[in-house]
Parts: sequence; C-alpha cells; structure tokens
Amino acid sequence: MLMFILRRVFQTIPVIIGVTFVVFFIMQLVPGDPAVLLAGEGASKETIEAIREQLGLNQPLYIQYFEYLTNVFRGDLGVSLKNSQPVLDEILVRLPITIELAFFSIIITIVLGMAAGIISAVKPYSLTDVSVMLVALLGISLPSFWFGLMLMYFFSVKLQVLPVAGWDSLLHVILPAVTLGAGGAAIVARMTRSSILEVIRQDYIRTARAKGLRERIIIYKHALRNALIPVITVVGLQFGALLGGTVLVESIFAINGLGRMIVDAIRMRDLPMVQGGVLFASLIFVTVNLFVDVFYRFFNKRIELN
Amino acid sequence: MTVEVKTEQPNIAAKSFISKKESRLKDFLSILIQNKAALVGAIIILIYIFMAMFAPLLAPYSPYEIDLENKLTPPSSEHWMGTDDKGRDILSRILYGSRLSMGVGFAAVLFGAFFGIIFGLVAGYYGKWVDTIIMRMMDVMLAFPGILLALAIIAALGPSLINVTIAVGAFSVPLFARIVRGSTLEVKRLEYIDAIRSLGANDLIIIAKHIFPNILSPIIVQGTLRLATAILSAAGLSFLGLGAQPPSPEWGTMLSSGRDFLFSAPYIALFPGLAISILVLGFNIFGDGLRDAFDPRMKK
Amino acid sequence: MNKKNKLILEVKGLKTHFTTKRGVSKAVDGIDFTLHKGETLGIVGESGCGKSMTSLSILRLIPSPPGKIAGGSVLFKGKDLVTMTEDEMRKIRGNEISMIFQEPMTSLNPVIPVGEQIAEALRLHQKMGKKAAWEKSVEMLKLVGIPSPEKRAKQEPFQLSGGMRQRVMIAMALACTPEVLIADEPTTALDVTIQAQILELIKELQTKIGMGVIMITHDLGVVAETCDKVAVMYAGNIVEHASTEQLFANPKHPYTQGLLNSLPKIHEDQDELITIDGSVPSPYNMPAGCRFASRCPYREDICITHQPNLINQSDGVKVRCWKYTDEWTGNRDKEGVI
Repeated sequence: MLMFILRRVFQTIPVIIGVTFVVFFIMQLVPGDPAVLLAGEGASKETIEAIREQLGLNQPLYIQYFEYLTNVFRGDLGVSLKNSQPVLDEILVRLPITIELAFFSIIITIVLGMAAGIISAVKPYSLTDVSVMLVALLGISLPSFWFGLMLMYFFSVKLQVLPVAGWDSLLHVILPAVTLGAGGAAIVARMTRSSILEVIRQDYIRTARAKGLRERIIIYKHALRNALIPVITVVGLQFGALLGGTVLVESIFAINGLGRMIVDAIRMRDLPMVQGGVLFASLIFVTVNLFVDVFYRFFNKRIELN
Repeated sequence: MTVEVKTEQPNIAAKSFISKKESRLKDFLSILIQNKAALVGAIIILIYIFMAMFAPLLAPYSPYEIDLENKLTPPSSEHWMGTDDKGRDILSRILYGSRLSMGVGFAAVLFGAFFGIIFGLVAGYYGKWVDTIIMRMMDVMLAFPGILLALAIIAALGPSLINVTIAVGAFSVPLFARIVRGSTLEVKRLEYIDAIRSLGANDLIIIAKHIFPNILSPIIVQGTLRLATAILSAAGLSFLGLGAQPPSPEWGTMLSSGRDFLFSAPYIALFPGLAISILVLGFNIFGDGLRDAFDPRMKK
Repeated sequence: MNKKNKLILEVKGLKTHFTTKRGVSKAVDGIDFTLHKGETLGIVGESGCGKSMTSLSILRLIPSPPGKIAGGSVLFKGKDLVTMTEDEMRKIRGNEISMIFQEPMTSLNPVIPVGEQIAEALRLHQKMGKKAAWEKSVEMLKLVGIPSPEKRAKQEPFQLSGGMRQRVMIAMALACTPEVLIADEPTTALDVTIQAQILELIKELQTKIGMGVIMITHDLGVVAETCDKVAVMYAGNIVEHASTEQLFANPKHPYTQGLLNSLPKIHEDQDELITIDGSVPSPYNMPAGCRFASRCPYREDICITHQPNLINQSDGVKVRCWKYTDEWTGNRDKEGVI
C-alpha cells in the first residue's frame, strides 16, 4: 500500500510539470508582443524594452519556461497586470470561498446522488426507478448557468425565501451549491444504480439470500459497500467538472471566488492572473485525484485480491 | 434494452468495404427501431437540425431587427416566446441561434475527434514509447478541471465563437484518444491483422482500412455524448461573454443578456435555456441508447 | 439404508421455467425425489441439465424474472415451500435448509469479516446476542477445521485460501444446525486433496447433526464416496433413480451407462476417454420423444415419438427408458445395429 502511494505520487509529478508546461505555452499563443501588452497602451519604447529585459522575454523560450517553473515552485506566480499585486495573494484570498462552495456542492453530489441511485436500484424498473432516472437524465442535460438562473428566479424572485446573490451567510450557499452539485449528483445517481444492479448479481448476494436475510439488509449491508467503491472514482472525476463549474456558478451568483477571478481576468486580459488561477485549480484537481486513487485502492484491494 | 448486437467478424476476403458500410447502416437503423430511447433522442436531434436548416423559413421575424416599441413583451400570439430588451422576437432568435449553438458543438467535436482519433490510433497501433508519450500528453490535458483548459485557451486567443470552438474541441481530444487507443489495442490483437501484415500491407492501409472501421462504434457513442457536453460548454463560455458577442442570437449569449431582466422578464432567459436543455437531453438519450446497443457488456 | 428414518423433504413434479426472448426454457421439467433424515441423495448430470436449478428452486433462490417455479411442490416436513410467503421462506433459508455453493472464491462477501458472515445468520435465526453469535461462529470455524479460528473469524475472505473459504461456507451453512443441507458442487473449484477433506468434513458433520444432504455434482467419484442414493438428471428430467450400489453395479438408463463408461478406469489400459456422442437438446426446444434419443445407441421409433415415464423396476430402481417397458421391440438389438 505504501509502495502504491509512493508510486502514485511519483506518477503525479510529470503530470504537474506537464500542466505548468501547457499553462506556460498557451500564453505564448497570445498574439502580439507580451512586453507591449504588459507595458500597457502608450508606453514608450524604453519602458517596453525595460520590461522585456526585466522579465527575460528576450531569452529563448525554454529558458523562460525554466524560469517560470522555478518561480512557480517558489510560490511566485507573477503579478497582476491590473493592480500589480502578487497573483498568489489574490488567489489565496479567493480560494477559501471557492473551496467552501466546492465542499457544499460535493456533499450534495454525493448524498443526493447516492441516495437517488439506491432508491432506484432497490426496485429496478419500477415507477420510482424510472422517474428518478429520468430526473437524473435531465440533471446531466440542464446547463448549470440556466438551472442556476431558474433557481434564482423561483426561490429568490418569486418565493423570496433565499438571497439572490452574494456570499454572506449559509443561506447564500444553498442555491449556488445546489446549482453546482446537481449535475454531479445526476451522474453519481446513474453510476450508483448501475453499480448496485451489477453487485446484486454476484454470488455472495445469493449466499446472503440463502442465509435468509431480508432484502433490505442484503442491499444495505451486503451490496452497498461493494457497489459504492467504483462510485468513489466517479465522485473524484466529478470534482474536476465541479471545479470548472465554479467559473459559471460564481459568475451567476456574484461570488468572489477563484472561478470568477479567472473570468474577470480574461475579460481584462490580465494574463498572469489567468495563468495562476488555472494552474492553481489544476493542481488542486490533480491532488484530489491522487487522494481518490489511494482511497479507491484502499477499498478495492480486497475485491481485487478476491 | 433488447438489441441483438452483431459483433462484426473480421473477415479478410469475403466482405467488401461497401457491403460492410451498408450492413452498418442497417445495424444503425435496427438499433433505432429496437431501442425506443435512442429513437426519441434521434427525433429530437432531427427536429433541431430541421430548425437550423429552415430557420429563415420558420422564423416569423428577423432575429436582429430592433423594435423598441415592442420591447420586453411577454409571450403572446404575436411573439410566441416574447421579445427581448431591444424588441427582437425571441423565437426567431432561437431558431437562428440553433445554427450557431449546434454548429459550434459539431465543429468542436469534429475537431476534437479528428486529433483524438489520430493520436489514439497512433498510440494504440505503434505502442511502446510513442504510446507512452502521447498518452502522458493526454493525461496532462485531462489534469485540467472541466472547462478550465478551454478558458486558458480563450484567454490566450481572445474571446470569439471560433476560439470557443477550438477550446472546447481541444478539451475533447484526450477523451477520444483514450477510447480510440483502447479499441485499437483490442482490434490489433485479432489474428487477422497479423495475417494482413504478413501479406505485406503497410501500416497506413492496415490502420485506415482494417482498424479504423472496426472501432467506429465506440467513436460514434463517444461523439454523441461529447456533442452534448460540447454544446453545453460552448454555450457556457458564451454565457460568460467569452464566445459569441451580442447581438448574436447564440443561446448562451441570449441567456446572458436575459439575466439582467430576470426580475421583470424571466422568459428572456427561460427559452434559450430550454432550447439548450432539450437538445442536450436529445444527444444524451441518443448516446445512452447507442451505448447500450453497441456495448454488449452494458446490456441489461 | 436410512429408509426407516423420518421423511423430511419430498419434491413432487417440480418445474422451473425461464422466460426469455428466445422462448421458454424448461430448465427443470417435472422432477420427483425424497430425502430422509441422515440420508445423502446425489443428483448427477452434465452442466446445464438442471441440477443446480433444482437446488435453487428448493430454496426459491431462482433469479426472478426471468426464472419461475412453474409447477409442482416441495414438501419440507409436510409444508409446501413453493406456496409459502416470502417471510416464512426466509425463516427456513439458512436455518432449516442451508446451501453450499460451487464457487467459494466468489460466494463470500469480500468486505465483511467471515466471522460476521456466519454470526449474522445466528443472530437472525437463533436470536442470539452479538457476543454469543460471535463465539458460536468461532466455534463453527473450529468445527470445520480452521486453525486459529479466533484470528480467522476477524479476517476478510481475501486473506483465506479457497479450501478455507469453502470450510467457512460449510460453517455458515451448518451454524443453525439445518435439517437439510444442499451442497451444489461443493468441491468442483478445489484441489483434489482438499476435495477429499471437504467431502469427509461434510460426511462427518452430517453424522453429528443427523441432517439430510443433497449432493449436486457432475462427478461420479463424489457420488460413490458420499451418497446413499442417486438421481441422474438429463435435460431437466430425472432419467434414473437408484441406490448408489445398484447404480454402479447395474446402470439401467443408456445415459447412465454412458456416464459410467466415460469414467477413466484406473486398472485398465485406456487410450482415450470414452465420451457420449451428440449433444443435449436445446432447453427452448425439447423433442417430443425421449430427450436422450438423439444420442442413444438403442434408439427405436417410439423413442423419437413418445417420451417415456420414470417407471419403477422390480429391484426398486426407477428408470425413464422405453427399453424397460413392454413397448420395446428390441428389433434393433437383433439386427445388431448398435
């Protein structure tokens, strides 16, 4: 197990380096001279030249990349073009908000998704099952940015029970978290259902029946534990989609998190900010995936050895 | 799901390429007939394609014509979906917008599929270090959560509908590559590929004529499901103001301008969202049905 | 044998059908047998002959849909299991009638300690407390010959070998001292040396508890070693029913004869294994006549047109074959066509 964790951590390193590489080179696609862009409009030739010198933009690309990489590992993600503040500082201010949003959303994804999947699987092909799966199909088809607006219209404008936007109290969390978690919940529900139906066919479930156990105990005690193991992986993958989704949801509900920061930065052409935000979110995702893999391995070990 | 799956028996001499194509079309139609869900999905998609093709004939008004006298009118017999803040007919805009929103989706998936299939075929067929390099590259692309890779690309290239297409397409490349690689490995193991190779066929012919036709099913399934996601992502990026720009009737853009009138005229945001949802639902149902039909392991 | 003992299980005209898209498969098509206390009945046949489905039907564990008990009765101590409510049936499963399955590797839940898997049946049926049930399950593990049972009880299946897992299955099945044990190919998946140990163990515990055993197997060696009487199944029917001695000494049905002939004989020089030519008819499309007719060396016209009944012979053997009836002309024998 320890070997596995170590190996898995080592496998992650090239991926992280690859991510920095992609983030760095995508910014090279920017048309025009970055020094001109950085200097802003109407800057003198000398200023532009000075910036070029200062940032090493006249160096070959691979040296620039190497510098970028060492800076990243030192925690230096550059400065914002907008207010000259270090990008990392801004990210660290925004991050807790996004993490909070992601946390509540993933809870909704897991709890709602698994519950719906279990309800469906207990009586497959029943009216309940068909209805729940239909809702799940809707859940993966609705655009979150529309779903969020409709929730906002219904609960904040019509019923006036929840705040429209902002991030002040727990009440503010509800709509964004539901918007962000719903799609994942739908996917987890579908996965949970099919996983349980798969497990129900296993020999050890027949053994449990032959023992005279009740159907309810068979599902909750004997089937669920095994069925939920593959669902863990799906939850891990959903976390990525969820992080990406914060971009939209934070914009809809005017939440000053990392996602909105990236979108605003793109609008203002504040490239170091975009670079830093995307890099940071990706690193979080890679780390979460690492944990999910280890987690999965831990639970799955017994089944694999079977 | 009650479809008999015909696993195509690779047969070197007997089947000509054309008859293979015909039988595949027949298989495809029989899937539609036997799998009701897939049929419903296909009908939804066809209706949308019809809408896009005949938008000029179907649309009661011009999608761009500003009529400030009739701005923000709720749905009525004259304007079935109401008018927006500039008095433009929402129904007409949605009809025209279907060309943009679906067009971007199709283009992005074709773009992603093209590169993904090439990478996957090369990685799967040649194996060894070629495989390692390509697949590690794909892993890196998958390490970006959700649409963030697309965001980074748009940040660099600038906001526009074409750049959204490229960005969303790029995001699909690793997903196609993975699936194609896996299927290629399976087909490559079949004995008849060895037989053809021993007959002196070159790699390009083997890949194009013998491997590629055999891995079409998973590509089609993935493509359909990717279309759903691509349309969603592209509309989402336009919603953020990073794709199509107003006054374009692109659905995401329409939704975005509708959000300012959520209190007074919620129908401006309602209908474009519905249009996206139903289309995406169609692709999801269709893709699910195809997967059930093509993949015997998923059969219930 | 044990005929003077009490009758505990009586299967009458049991039919189990599977309805699928291809039609109705008559997996078990009207079978009868009895089981007495302390007795071992062997059910033999090739895979697919319906022997496993018979055993699952007794406990009503047929996957449904598509499976369904289509007729007949299973009288357990006089009560019909087929018409019982699910609740009543549950009280019998694992308590009065237990079952051991073919696949010890997959028949135990991989994420639950084996001790708990035994104990839960005890808590359920014997209303034991948590601690008492656990102690009893450790005791059961000891009984089936698992070394250091206290430690093993806490382990999960993946930490146990195949033979040990089958011992756990036996311990689980016997925990509530059932009156009937159904063993469905209990040794097929195991090594030869362990096979013998497991069979010995079942026999030993049978004497101790005095239960009736139904031994489902395709292995005539297992039958010879463990069974008092044997039912030979072919294509959903019982074709011969006899005591073990009678069956081996004087097999009557051509299929039984074929089965015995196909046993490798240690004391004779044999170049190749003898097999029965032909194949079993499709369960979806059973022939009108004898189901073995297409493979039978003695086949006559009547065999193809009419199905024979299972008929009592003077020596107590029951056989389903026209050869032992008055309808038999024997013409083919005289012509020497065989």
